[in-house]
Amino acid sequence: MVELSHDFRPIIGRGPPLGAAFLTLSVLSIALMVADHRYGQLTRVRSWLSMVTFPVQAIVDLPFHAWDRVGQSLADRESLRAEKLELTARLRLANLQLQRFAALEDENRRLRDMRENSAGVADRVVVASILNVDLDPYRHRVLLDKGASDEVFKGQAILDADGIVGQVFRVNPHTAEAILISDAEHAIPVQSNRSGVRTIAVGTGDPDKLSLPFVTVEADLRAGDLLLSTGMGGVFPPGYPVAEVTKVEHAATATFAKVEAKPTAHLDRAREVLLVWFRPPVPPPQPAAAAPVVPAGPATNAPASTGAAAPPAATGGGE
Amino acid sequence: MRAESQSRRLVYWLSVAAGLVFAIVPLPGWLDTARPDLALLAIIYWILTSPRIAGLGYAWLAGLILDALRGLVLGQHALAFLVVAFLTHKLQLRIRMFPLLHQAASVLLLLGLYHFIIFWTDGLTGHSYTAWTRWLPILSGALIWPLIVAAGDTLSRRSR
Repeated sequence: MVELSHDFRPIIGRGPPLGAAFLTLSVLSIALMVADHRYGQLTRVRSWLSMVTFPVQAIVDLPFHAWDRVGQSLADRESLRAEKLELTARLRLANLQLQRFAALEDENRRLRDMRENSAGVADRVVVASILNVDLDPYRHRVLLDKGASDEVFKGQAILDADGIVGQVFRVNPHTAEAILISDAEHAIPVQSNRSGVRTIAVGTGDPDKLSLPFVTVEADLRAGDLLLSTGMGGVFPPGYPVAEVTKVEHAATATFAKVEAKPTAHLDRAREVLLVWFRPPVPPPQPAAAAPVVPAGPATNAPASTGAAAPPAATGGGE
Repeated sequence: MRAESQSRRLVYWLSVAAGLVFAIVPLPGWLDTARPDLALLAIIYWILTSPRIAGLGYAWLAGLILDALRGLVLGQHALAFLVVAFLTHKLQLRIRMFPLLHQAASVLLLLGLYHFIIFWTDGLTGHSYTAWTRWLPILSGALIWPLIVAAGDTLSRRSR
């Protein structure tokens, strides 16, 4: 036997044996997915990872932030003057409305005190900016620059000047991930300002459109109705604008009308949003409110008063 | 010899990290939906050219960091990156012999597998989005593969 060499390594470069590493790592990643999705037990791992990810996200945001700064400092006199005039005009208008509002608020508080229901009025508000980071083109999620260190909590409501934007769904040490009301996996309880019909507005994945799938054809809802948050579920403060109904289609044979609404908040353009802390509404008022309508009726749920919020109530009302 | 492989390792890590940063940079409209997966392309390139340096561990870690960056279920991209890296390692001797066009076609298949795994795990975790545009990054990734090769070759010649 002629031995040419004791070195049996192949001439062409080949990596180390991979089978074992592949197996361990794939089992590990499946375990991670199960632990994270099924049991949600990885908050600590996430906060470790955010030590890596937060600087990256901050760096990605930096040029946009800097560009805004430069734009502000280079704005010319004329445009600043125009902006100031416009803001003054808007302030005057807002102040005018506020005068009426102060009286209304007093009256409202008196009435609520009578009903022993000091339902969630915003206690504290903090401004957060949205980081210029693309999370996923198919999910309406954004990253805020406030996190657990600013006492942000999971499920916290987010507003902008024109209405409800969304809610926090994950809190990291220095950032928080929020889901917008237009995300296809988000739903928010709403009430029509005009007729008091209660229903649920579901996101569609389009920032300009919410869908209201549980509205019966009899329900009193028209295009142009303003939908307010009801505060049910305790996530959102009640009475803030959510969306405006844009389209109501009554098909002759269908049980449910096809209703679409446009969010009042500027979901795709908002740069700064408000994080709200509020006292959740106190639950007991329902029996007191229902008592005059239906005397001593614990079983009757009075579908007439709530309009048609849920499918079972709707079929009951139709018969 | 030692120093050379050290510097190549550094270039490998930095290029994949740059790909990860690119994954969350805001892009306008169509570019956003067709955003090529530069991190994964970089991993494939380095596995093809220097398999001793580009192992599975770093590919897995890069996937995990991508999950954390995007706020997805942890382990999703980690698994997908790992599978693609493993397959690339296995087919490395063949793919590196292919002409460029052939190579781009095999990259297309690898990216297809990657996106299928993401689609599948998305479905398992209840986030399934069936819009056809979600498959666009496969095409864009295969189309810019020649650019990746050119850029990578320049980089590795520099670092040598």
